[in-house]
Amino acid sequence: MEPSISIRHLDLSFGAVDVLKDLNLDIGKGEFLVLLGSSGCGKSTLLNCVAGLLDVSDGQIFISGRNVTWEEPSKRGIGMVFQSYALYPQMTVEGNLTFGLKNAGMPRAEIAERVERAARILQIEPLLKRKPAALSGGQRQRVAIGRALVRDVDVFLFDEPLSNLDAKLRTDLRAEIKELHQTLGNTMIYVTHDQIEAMTLADRIAIMRGGLILQLDSPKEIYNRPANKYVAGFIGSPSMNFFEGVVDLGGAPVFSCEAGDFDLSGYEFGAAGPQGGPAWLGIRPEHIAHGPDAAACPVRMEATVRLVEPLGSDTLARVQVGERLLWIRLDGQSSIRPGDTLTIGWHAERANLFDSATENRI
Amino acid sequence: MVDLTSSVAAGQGARELQGPRGPKPRKVVTRANVLIYGTLIVVSLYYLLPMWVMVMTSLKGMPEIRVGNIFAPPMEITFEPWVKAWSGACTGLNCDGLSRGFWNSVRITLPSVAVSIAIASVNGYALANWRFKGADAFFTILIFGAFIPYQVMLYPMVIMLREVGLYGSLTGLVIVHTVFGMPILTLLFRNYFTSLPEELFKAARVDGAGFWRIYFRIMLPMSLPIFVVAMILQVTGIWNDFLFGVIYTKPDLYPMTVQLNNIVNSVQGVKEYNVNMAATLLTGLVPLFIYFISGKLFVRGIAAGAVKG
Repeated sequence: MEPSISIRHLDLSFGAVDVLKDLNLDIGKGEFLVLLGSSGCGKSTLLNCVAGLLDVSDGQIFISGRNVTWEEPSKRGIGMVFQSYALYPQMTVEGNLTFGLKNAGMPRAEIAERVERAARILQIEPLLKRKPAALSGGQRQRVAIGRALVRDVDVFLFDEPLSNLDAKLRTDLRAEIKELHQTLGNTMIYVTHDQIEAMTLADRIAIMRGGLILQLDSPKEIYNRPANKYVAGFIGSPSMNFFEGVVDLGGAPVFSCEAGDFDLSGYEFGAAGPQGGPAWLGIRPEHIAHGPDAAACPVRMEATVRLVEPLGSDTLARVQVGERLLWIRLDGQSSIRPGDTLTIGWHAERANLFDSATENRI
Repeated sequence: MVDLTSSVAAGQGARELQGPRGPKPRKVVTRANVLIYGTLIVVSLYYLLPMWVMVMTSLKGMPEIRVGNIFAPPMEITFEPWVKAWSGACTGLNCDGLSRGFWNSVRITLPSVAVSIAIASVNGYALANWRFKGADAFFTILIFGAFIPYQVMLYPMVIMLREVGLYGSLTGLVIVHTVFGMPILTLLFRNYFTSLPEELFKAARVDGAGFWRIYFRIMLPMSLPIFVVAMILQVTGIWNDFLFGVIYTKPDLYPMTVQLNNIVNSVQGVKEYNVNMAATLLTGLVPLFIYFISGKLFVRGIAAGAVKG
């Protein structure tokens, strides 16, 4: 697959602070890539570099096979959607949509045609004559997407576009963006700190931290086989439960920690093969079985319920095993109460092992 | 246990509630209020009293003024002093009153205000949004300029204007006002433009708008309050200026303030207090008028982060 965007050895520093370090990234044509990370990880900076709104310190950026490292943002063939919508407040919706096209000196008839098409796709035709102040948050964000849409470009850049919306609207617009991507088939780069958005939208997710990409993979792979402990803890809510202990490869592989010895038969070790020594074992709350299901698990233990958080669809419970507190996810109809004792357990293939020193997956 | 379910359907029963309910009653006459309003009234009287004396005196004839009661309203109202102040008072050989100075001041103030605001707003915009190399150094130097006392620069300015042949002309004075207004106005505009959302600027760049197009189409329409603040600062500052007016022009071109001084301080003949008062009020009318028509916008501009660091 020919890459739509190719970022090569990109460095960016503000004075003495290195924000991006030797970053390489290829994004395929029509791919939906999500840059995910907590604030300050460099994800928005990277997006601004791709857009041409920040000068890079070193490295190259290619869009559709063209080196655009020195190009103006408007000449790169990108459209961008901002968190604050960034609609021009004194212009009508139509004015907002046409501003860029007029700047490019496009013929009037073609402008009208493009606005009509974008308005139809986004269902904002009745709003064209209104000013942004007279629109709701969701409508504003739709207009902002429209402004990228009329440019008729190959690449869409989204900078946390849903963060200013309330929860319900966010879910709706998220689905609309996904649908839009399926309809248009453009390459999209989407920056967010919301893992739900990342998991639902992305073809591939790039998890960033400290200006580096820690893992670049499909949502499923990132969820099931996180490359290191940070990614494992970052994805999933509530977070993965961790035990600190030692992997013993003496006989059958076993992970031993203060909560007991956990059987590792069935665990899929990484390409480097089984590795012994100090390690972390991580298990997701939803992969911990309880009650009758737990009886079938090779790893079993008794736990006391400390806290129950009913969510309706699920119930989260914090349980105590020895000195350790674990989150587990139960059925929404569960009627457990604090103080109850449960048998919990899991299958080794659901567990994740990370080296204590490097925090990388074993 | 309290029955919580029934309170939802209470409705009717609410009328029988006991104890405090609804808005808390507030007393109007309290010690704090008396103190606050008393102080405010005294202070405003203190400020308004000179104004009262001026208006009353300007409406009296000289015989009545000589009686000596400066606070008393006129027994016989006359507008003669106002007419004389505007078109008949003498300064040196000219006896055409303040009108000459008024028109000079208009011819100084209008271009100075327009040019200085136009340049400073572009400066501020460039400093806020287009961080060019050395922008910080440039800004520091500009701000430093705001702290240098004018007196230091008076004579060098005279020499520079003389060399380019503008000394003693209105154009020269307009240039002086424009230059001296630059530091504070640039600071004002830079801070305002910095407070506008940066993403708007980015969006406009992605839309292919250049330096001037972003300035005129995006920034200007959002900046009315700060332009009003700048206009008020400049109009009052330049209209009330005395020092530059007296130094960089000649008697024919003296602004209103200088002429007022010459009328009031003339040593020959009788001191016509009523004419002096009328002349002073006339000179102060323009800034006063500006404040009245744009007061609300002024406050909005100040509140919009215009004056904060």
